[in-house]
Amino acid sequence: MRQVAIYGKGGIGKSTTTQNLNAGLGEMGKKIMIVGCDPKADSTRLILGGLAQETVLDTLREEGEDIDLDQVLKAGFSGIRCVESGGPEPGVGCAGRGIITSIGLLERLGAYTDDLDYVFYDVLGDVVCGGFAMPIREGKAQEIYIVCSGEMMALYAANNISKGIRKYANTGGVRLGGLICNSRNVDGEADLVSAVAKELGTQMIHFVPRDNMVQRAEINKQTVIEFAPKCGQADEYRALANKIDHNDMFVIPQPLSQDRLEALLMDYGLVA
Amino acid sequence: MDVKSTILSKYNAKVFKGRQDHLLEVDAGQTQEIAANARAVPGLMTNRGCCYAGCKGVVLGPLKDTCVITHGPIGCGFYSWGTRRNKARGDGEGRNFIQYCFSTDMQEPDIVFGGDKKLRQAIKEAVTIFHPKHVMICSTCPVGLIGDDIHAVAAEAEKDYGITCVAFSCEGYKGVSQSAGHHIANNGLMKRIIGADDTPPPSKYAVNLLGEYNIGGDGWEVERILKRVGYHVVSVFTGDGALADIARAHTADLNLVQCHRSINYVAEMMKTAYGTDWLKVNFIGLGSAAESLRRIAEFFGDQDLKNRTEEVIADELAAIEPDISYFKSRLEGRRAALFVGGSRSHHYQDLLRDFGVATVLAGYEFGHRDDYEGRQVIPRIKEDADSKNIETLTVAKDDKRYRAFLSPERYEELKSTIGLESYAGMIRDMPDGSWVVDDLNHFETEQFAKLLRPDIFFSGIKDKYVLQKSGVLSRQLHCYDYSGPYAGFRGAVIFGRDLTMGLYAPAWKMVTPPWKAGDREGDAANA
Repeated sequence: MRQVAIYGKGGIGKSTTTQNLNAGLGEMGKKIMIVGCDPKADSTRLILGGLAQETVLDTLREEGEDIDLDQVLKAGFSGIRCVESGGPEPGVGCAGRGIITSIGLLERLGAYTDDLDYVFYDVLGDVVCGGFAMPIREGKAQEIYIVCSGEMMALYAANNISKGIRKYANTGGVRLGGLICNSRNVDGEADLVSAVAKELGTQMIHFVPRDNMVQRAEINKQTVIEFAPKCGQADEYRALANKIDHNDMFVIPQPLSQDRLEALLMDYGLVA
Repeated sequence: MDVKSTILSKYNAKVFKGRQDHLLEVDAGQTQEIAANARAVPGLMTNRGCCYAGCKGVVLGPLKDTCVITHGPIGCGFYSWGTRRNKARGDGEGRNFIQYCFSTDMQEPDIVFGGDKKLRQAIKEAVTIFHPKHVMICSTCPVGLIGDDIHAVAAEAEKDYGITCVAFSCEGYKGVSQSAGHHIANNGLMKRIIGADDTPPPSKYAVNLLGEYNIGGDGWEVERILKRVGYHVVSVFTGDGALADIARAHTADLNLVQCHRSINYVAEMMKTAYGTDWLKVNFIGLGSAAESLRRIAEFFGDQDLKNRTEEVIADELAAIEPDISYFKSRLEGRRAALFVGGSRSHHYQDLLRDFGVATVLAGYEFGHRDDYEGRQVIPRIKEDADSKNIETLTVAKDDKRYRAFLSPERYEELKSTIGLESYAGMIRDMPDGSWVVDDLNHFETEQFAKLLRPDIFFSGIKDKYVLQKSGVLSRQLHCYDYSGPYAGFRGAVIFGRDLTMGLYAPAWKMVTPPWKAGDREGDAANA
């Protein structure tokens, strides 16, 4: 079982990318579970066709510890099992603690079955606190992909997340598998992301071009692979799925200094 | 090696550096400086408590008419329940919440989703079941971490139930000790309670008793004496105290400050806002109680009051004289060490002196430099990150309620003669060659017990049995081990009796632990 965590700046397209690439892996016959680690609980709607799902934490709150796995685990496109950790409404409580609680509960409930090829964690935004690092602690996720674009703040976030990975690399054994560029059509984007990836000691595993088909599929509560299996964008996600499935480059990242990161941004056309 | 070197030599360089300025041998000819109110060194077994303990446990806990809700997991509430022996009598309307422990019992889902709903529910239940007029909320660590808006919940509760509800952000991790919690509690009382009720006192010579927590009934003995002389006690902060009385505290003529550390903020702020003068007193010890009474009478300046004071002192002393002489004959020449929280380590030296017992060591758990060296050092105390973290309330003069009891000339005169608004600290009262140790830890306690050989080591529950098992009598000065009161004239007799009983029944010295059974004869020879 490969456990994979997807991180990246808020709004960069982590959930969309995760679900589309999972649809690709699903097509390849892989058995997958997606654990949404975002209080908004929107990490699995494309796989589940918009099905509103009981989150682990809501169920825990309402039913107490006596929870049945069926209540929180639903299968969607290609048999992909989906779980939403859930969490508090914005501005109260502790979402990070929620993720720790939720993953612990899933383990106790036996969600991690031996037949799974992949478990994907779709984690909110930046690694803001210990709770959001839970998927990469204690030997859970072993590999991480960071979704980014050629935009400055996305790369700042990627660099910052690398610091978090580095911290847990020695204790939890987690490694960085690569950057996924979710294109924003920024000048020199592929070169810039590749250059940052290289400095981090990793790779840009795939460049996902920008395509409105993604938005159309989302409005229909589906992944591109399900909504328009023959379109070019579906093939891009298949390519990403394939590259991840065959990836063997796992590194402890070397985060860049602020100055170095800014120098790279200058070099690759952002100022032009 | 001298005493200090012997103790410090066991420490590594970093701990040595951290501890060396917290220990000093009193040199009566010198002005001495000590390090205090600094973070405890990790690894040393400190006796300190936390910010929550200072706010909820010490200052707010004794309020009998107030339902103090601990917002947090159950441990914080449970272990601060009834542990301080602050006694209280009901208010006549059936309200006495001292025996109760109110807690929100936060659980994991409350941490994740926020605990404010549970807090609202707890207030609702408390109001429904107990009908308190006042509810206070004390924050514990996780509440600060997840950021529950307890102040908003308190404001809501005031509207919903027509009660006074004040929230205190006294999360345990704030500051370096309980002291931070005292300050936070003082701020809350000043901001929200004092000055809320302008009902004037029924008679003249109205005073407040600040920093008297009625441990073992101390406050009752002090009040008995004050009333006998002719004073009216408006409010007590906070032993057997009521918020309803504290709301009228500003109508008193004078604040009497017993525990300087925990309540000096209120005294100082009331002086600024309401013009109330304050006088550091000490009702522990016969000489100091008498002297305190004389200074209070001097403040009011009334000859009848002064005469009455002398009569009461003479009468009280005469009544206990046989007991005091007897216990003195049993105790004279003994040596004592004191390690208590704030001001008690200073106060009890006076009482011990009355019995001819010399102090060889004294220290505070959470005192500041002014408690050791006197208030004149306050402007020179360096603020650090920990103290900046605690709000310093800036109060303004309340033009409507401000009232200077003394004329400016009389104030200036009394300032020097009876020491208004001043406290000279503990070190100045200590004998040459005795030791002052701040934030004493278990290792140092054992070392000092061996090196200074005190007959009795006054301390708290955390090190009492370590000391007793090593053969040194230990009495708890935080809670008086189920005894008391020790304050005032009658209390002194009880103190003398307890001390005599302990010293003349050295039970712990007679016990040989099984693993030392073989050395029994050797031990006896050394004893």
